[in-house]
Amino acid sequence: MINSPESPIPTVSVLPEAPFRKSNYWLWFGLSVLSLISLLALLAPLIANDPVLMQPIERLKPPSARFFFGTDGLGRDVFARTLHGARVSLLVGLSVAALSIFLGLVIGLLAGYFSRVDAIISRALDGVMAIPAILLAIALVTLTRGSIAVVVLAITIPEIPRVVRLVRSIVLSTREEPYVEAAVAAGTTTPRLLVRHILPSTVPALIVQASYICASAILIEASLSFLGAGVPSDIPSWGNMIAQSRLHLGRAPWSVFWPGLALALVVLSVNLVGDGLRDRLDPHLQRSVR
Amino acid sequence: MLPYVLKRLASTVIVMMTVSVIVFLLLHLAEGDPAVVIAGDNATSEQIEAIRHKLGLNDPLIVQFMRWTGQIVQGDLGVSIFSNEPVIKLIGQRLEPTLSLAGITMLLAISIAVTTGVVAAWRAGSMLDHLLMLLSVMGFSVPVFVLGYGLIYIFAIHLQLLPVQGYSFLADGFFPWLRHLIMPSVALGLAYIALIARITRASMLNVLNEDFIRTAHAKGLPEGMVLLRHGLRNAAVPIVTIIGIGIALLISGVVITESVFNIPGMGRLVVDAISKRDYPIIQGVILIFSGLYVLINLAVDLSYIVLDPRIRVR
Repeated sequence: MINSPESPIPTVSVLPEAPFRKSNYWLWFGLSVLSLISLLALLAPLIANDPVLMQPIERLKPPSARFFFGTDGLGRDVFARTLHGARVSLLVGLSVAALSIFLGLVIGLLAGYFSRVDAIISRALDGVMAIPAILLAIALVTLTRGSIAVVVLAITIPEIPRVVRLVRSIVLSTREEPYVEAAVAAGTTTPRLLVRHILPSTVPALIVQASYICASAILIEASLSFLGAGVPSDIPSWGNMIAQSRLHLGRAPWSVFWPGLALALVVLSVNLVGDGLRDRLDPHLQRSVR
Repeated sequence: MLPYVLKRLASTVIVMMTVSVIVFLLLHLAEGDPAVVIAGDNATSEQIEAIRHKLGLNDPLIVQFMRWTGQIVQGDLGVSIFSNEPVIKLIGQRLEPTLSLAGITMLLAISIAVTTGVVAAWRAGSMLDHLLMLLSVMGFSVPVFVLGYGLIYIFAIHLQLLPVQGYSFLADGFFPWLRHLIMPSVALGLAYIALIARITRASMLNVLNEDFIRTAHAKGLPEGMVLLRHGLRNAAVPIVTIIGIGIALLISGVVITESVFNIPGMGRLVVDAISKRDYPIIQGVILIFSGLYVLINLAVDLSYIVLDPRIRVR
């Protein structure tokens, strides 16, 4: 029903068309920002203070040479917490992207190639897609008590249908190609046919899709943590930092806005990388909606 | 036309059935016994057995599912574990704030986004176009709660123009109601605006390249008439589609926005239920929101009959 062939959606991107696009300037901008933030996240334990150390005397201090981003309501170093929060965000973003692409690829190959499986899988996925992603994730996290692994899984499940649809549509068109027919005629076994001849044509679209999923996963993780259904609150993440500092918004805006800024910058960069990759690899791909 | 309508209705029913299976299984596949989960950590085995009996958990799964769907069809979404009140009643109390927020946001978003998209397509390639589309880039990437606190900081704490948070019921006056909804709907609407504006621009650009637009210009129609009656009218199908699909974005956003602005709606209901692990409420709200989403998309699909005459022929 949703996304039916009768309802064509033109390609959406977060970038203006040419001439901005020609140089792929934004792709490099996104990659540079992401590399820098990844580096800072990796080195966080070396370059920043203890992110969970509470110093009541130092609470709500404005940014200074000692605390670059100031301190929060419990006297914790916002700079250290923001850097450590990047680790959670990037970890969740990458894991969700990898996991949902893998599962979506397997299910999509099966659904695209075996029409009997297709009917059942497509109905089940229509159902999953009709449930708003955040609510489904909230339900999954609440039912199983949160840990980072559960959060990753809870964000992955609502993402899978979009990957399956993408893979399925590519498989459906690829299996009609003469080289696939030739492979069948030559006696290629079905698993080998799927992996050797059909799978490669899904790769460009999946790389692009992976970056959009990564951006969306980072946003959803932050939202879940903000709502109290995300990673455990003793692990600093951008979402729970903002939730814990919201009461001090008037007195200590830095404790809310630094993690917020970091979050927006990372999501923007991942989206820009996705758009840049799409222009290079797969200009016809549609951007899916959360 | 009739086969098209029937096909859409059938797929809507199937999707809703699948949704109810998933929501049902969510609670039943959760780790451990739902009765233990519901009874809490300190329950005795007798209490657990009593809950098992009361909920009919000893019956086969399929019997439980039929009974559960039977209740839902009659509007019974179960009873809240925490407050012991019917979930449907709790949701009913929260309906006005949520619908007000969603309604105002859609009104605001659609009018701003379609105007922006049409102007950007009309002046494609200009500085104005780039500026508008750059703004919509930001819209995709700034999370609802970051934007929300940004607005609160500027307009409520610093300038003191608008109330910091909360909700004023419509019964207490129209203007207080509107004043409380301005910041939440801007925060909630930004991503939606970005999405619709981009689609509007892309769809308008496709249409504006058609021959009949040149003909319309050639026969001397005023610019606005060409853009709206010949352009927008024919660019409408993808725009309406994305408005429907974007509802998912809006629903996820409602949950967060209500939390940021302390609005006592369905989103707050579900967020409060998280910490209390009040599963029937979570189940009920998911069902209602999913149902809303599916119904709006059914309406969108049916609106093609009006917007796209080709469907009437089939």
